[in-house]
Amino acid sequence: MKGLSVTNVTKRFGDITALDRINLYFGENRIYGLLGRNGAGKTTLLNTITGRIFADEGSVILDGSPVTENESNLSRIFMMSESNYYPENMKVADAFRWTGEFYDSFDRDRAVELSGRFGLSLNKKIKSLSTGYGTIFKLVTALSVNVPYILLDEPVLGLDANHRDLFYRVLIETYSENPATYIISTHLIEEVSGIIEDVVIINKGRIIRNEPRESLLSKYYCVTGHISAVDEFARDKKVIASETLGGLKNAYIEGTPDKRSMPEGLSISRMDLQKLFIQLTGEGGNMQ
Amino acid sequence: MQLHFEDERPLFIQIAEQIEDAILSGVFPEETQIPSTTEISVSYKINPATALKGINILVDRGIVYKRRGLGMFVAKGAVGKLKNRRKEEFFDNYVSKLVSEAKRLGFSKEDIIKMVERGFKE
Repeated sequence: MKGLSVTNVTKRFGDITALDRINLYFGENRIYGLLGRNGAGKTTLLNTITGRIFADEGSVILDGSPVTENESNLSRIFMMSESNYYPENMKVADAFRWTGEFYDSFDRDRAVELSGRFGLSLNKKIKSLSTGYGTIFKLVTALSVNVPYILLDEPVLGLDANHRDLFYRVLIETYSENPATYIISTHLIEEVSGIIEDVVIINKGRIIRNEPRESLLSKYYCVTGHISAVDEFARDKKVIASETLGGLKNAYIEGTPDKRSMPEGLSISRMDLQKLFIQLTGEGGNMQ
Repeated sequence: MQLHFEDERPLFIQIAEQIEDAILSGVFPEETQIPSTTEISVSYKINPATALKGINILVDRGIVYKRRGLGMFVAKGAVGKLKNRRKEEFFDNYVSKLVSEAKRLGFSKEDIIKMVERGFKE
């Protein structure tokens, strides 16, 4: 079967269960957002998927065969991560050449072109790059590698607003011209909210949500108005969170609003992904 | 042009509406090409599938059509069609909102009629 399947994957570090019976399926040519708080298990999951670390239980199957036991599978998947695996004295241009040795599909012309757009100098040594340019170097590599599965762990770490904007544009361009499965793990949820099609939320080593963004967001809404009116309206509904500002109250409610029978003075707005994420994973969240 | 992620309507509906606005205001005249799915998704920073879904709404409504190998074009008669539909929606979208806000502020019917007259003069 085509796609990337994670089946019953558990990973423990001593007493800590970093991944707890994870079951996921990543389809072909879709953009997934892997969202979780610090320490939720995102990087461990990505490292397990790419075979950098081994699961204690469970399996990762890529297009029908285990990812770690199949040489050709490992060349079909690329992970851009926070840690740097390149020799420190290597120059950017050499690193591109080196990546080309490992990945036949790596497009060096594309990498050079993207470096130009981001202002990344090819003659710089990788160790001399700033945090931002270190990220850019890794992004340029990931966006030129042309494999069917691309995992981006914190792709905008240290990037300024202009470079983040450019990255999102280049990502969409690359995806449009050369569709692949992207799994993007990020803390800047608002910025990728429109780009990701599917949302996977991991919390304390467990998957708590896994569905298309539209369907996830359509399950909740926000009602705003006078405290008493909102409370009256929400009385028989499932409120996942609320906040007040003076006499004004926002209530986040599970379900679909009936717009025709909204009481006077209440207004409805859509739940956004970041707000929902905070409610689902925050302290005192009751939705585990 | 800007998308509102907290807007109660899904992104693809907002995309469709903004292209309609551009057609109505003459930015994309009839029988001219509209931006491609990729251009739209890059410029709004949204998934190409979402942009495509928005464009497909316009195809279903007969506002744009596909020219094989070239891209999407504004249909002949699209402006008239859009105007007719928006006229039908005008009461719900504008008049009923205007009246409910006017009531909340304590305006009389006559006050509002005067303001509308002033609006037409300016």
